[in-house]
Amino acid sequence: MHGLINRSIQNYVCDSYGVESWQRAVALADLPETDFEAMLSYEDNVTPLILDAVGAALRRPRDELMEDIGTYLVSHPNTEAVRRLLRFGGVNFADFLHSLDDLPARARLAVSDLHLPAIELMEHSDGRFSLLCDSPVAGYGNLLMGALRVMADDYGALALLDHASDGCGRETVSITLVEPEYTEGRVFDLGARTG
Amino acid sequence: MTSLTEPAVLDVLCPMHLTLNASGHITHAGPTVAKLFRFRNIVGERFLEVFAVKRPKSVTSIADLRRASQVKLHLETRNSHRTELKGEMVPIPDTDGAIIINLSFGISIIESVRDYRLTNCDFAATDLAIEMLYLVEAKSAAMEASRKLNQRLQGAKVAAEEQAFTDTLTGLKNRRAMDHVLGRLIRSGTSFAVMHIDLDFFKAVNDTLGHAAGDHVLQVVAEAMVEETRNTDTVARVGGDEFTVVLPEVESDEILRRVGARIIERLEVPIPFNGEECRISASIGTVRVREGHSVTMQTVLEEADIALYASKRAGRACHTFFSPELRPSGQADLPMDARANRD
Repeated sequence: MHGLINRSIQNYVCDSYGVESWQRAVALADLPETDFEAMLSYEDNVTPLILDAVGAALRRPRDELMEDIGTYLVSHPNTEAVRRLLRFGGVNFADFLHSLDDLPARARLAVSDLHLPAIELMEHSDGRFSLLCDSPVAGYGNLLMGALRVMADDYGALALLDHASDGCGRETVSITLVEPEYTEGRVFDLGARTG
Repeated sequence: MTSLTEPAVLDVLCPMHLTLNASGHITHAGPTVAKLFRFRNIVGERFLEVFAVKRPKSVTSIADLRRASQVKLHLETRNSHRTELKGEMVPIPDTDGAIIINLSFGISIIESVRDYRLTNCDFAATDLAIEMLYLVEAKSAAMEASRKLNQRLQGAKVAAEEQAFTDTLTGLKNRRAMDHVLGRLIRSGTSFAVMHIDLDFFKAVNDTLGHAAGDHVLQVVAEAMVEETRNTDTVARVGGDEFTVVLPEVESDEILRRVGARIIERLEVPIPFNGEECRISASIGTVRVREGHSVTMQTVLEEADIALYASKRAGRACHTFFSPELRPSGQADLPMDARANRD
């Protein structure tokens, strides 16, 4: 698994709960590292170990934890770059949803060895969508749901989201776009680069 | 049927196009190109007063421009940003000299988006500008993360080197390692000896044959010293051409004398390097500490140094054992200038 993923989990814990919580989680699990480097690769089995350890340390179930990580990734000031890169995907929320099919390809364009799980958007009638995703780590759908909730807000759209898992590594996020232009949303200035 | 050159069609497909009449006046500007001149209506102005043609240099009049079909035009806006643009000219068929010029930001896209506060809507849906902006931003973020990683790795490398016990050139132990071994022997109170070895004529090798030859000599010397001592002895390179051998549990001066003689003999064998012969020798000063004698590391090293200095003074290739008489009379310590001058 790419270090960016492990490092994001570490950053989520440190930024939201403090370094001590991260150290407690590391101590609970028999992790090969205590600090993850964003630009290195780690064994695939490390990521679930980290998530289990963090869940145990924070006393939070996996689905709730993953949704919270998704929210963190697109809303915390330290991860503003992620929100911006996602906003390049579309001019409005529906357009953005359609860009999600390309998300793994877009991620690889930025970091060639970053492999995100495949996702596929199905459009039904009346502003209803289903986002099907491969889930190599249980709860990836929850993570996407957390991120999508914030992105809907970001675009100023009012959307209802729900999550289901088939228990065999496929998860589905159901999206109902109630009102595409519910609020002004957050400004996306193409030229305002972060960092 | 609506013509393809209708503004309504082109405004969508090419929001950065302009149409010019035969006299070179702008008759229509696409919405994005109009945005570049916010407080100025460029329709009706002469094209060449709004844009400067940078290349091809031969284009200086509207007549030249009209002939420049299938040529990549390099233009610059005549506004405060002086934005560089790429352009292409196509004559409009069935007119008396009207032309269309389509523009693009090219490499100036990054500044332009900032300067003119452009949004997704300012680009045609098929334009790669947004992907380009995405890529620049994503790559910059990834590059920054890599740069930070490199900095941390560099820091870790320096820290590791500082903690290292090995001299990278010769593979011998370094001064840190030698201090460590000596400290342990002194604390344990067992008998041991310290040999200071300084190469003779090494500077001449470096000066006449170069540093590569010098480095080679140091490597050969290191190998010889390791071969002429026991596995339990510690051979360290403690300076440019200075070595220290720590020999635990040596039973007699005679053994040390033989070890010293063997080392000098080995080092005097000419060392071939690139068809030349490097000739060196060595001076040795030795101090022996008997079991149960309480000494400090500083004294032991200082006494070995005094003995070495005596060898150097006696002519080269000598081996001297420390004795209190070697200390300069009336002085407990070796004068600093004597240390500095010896070679």
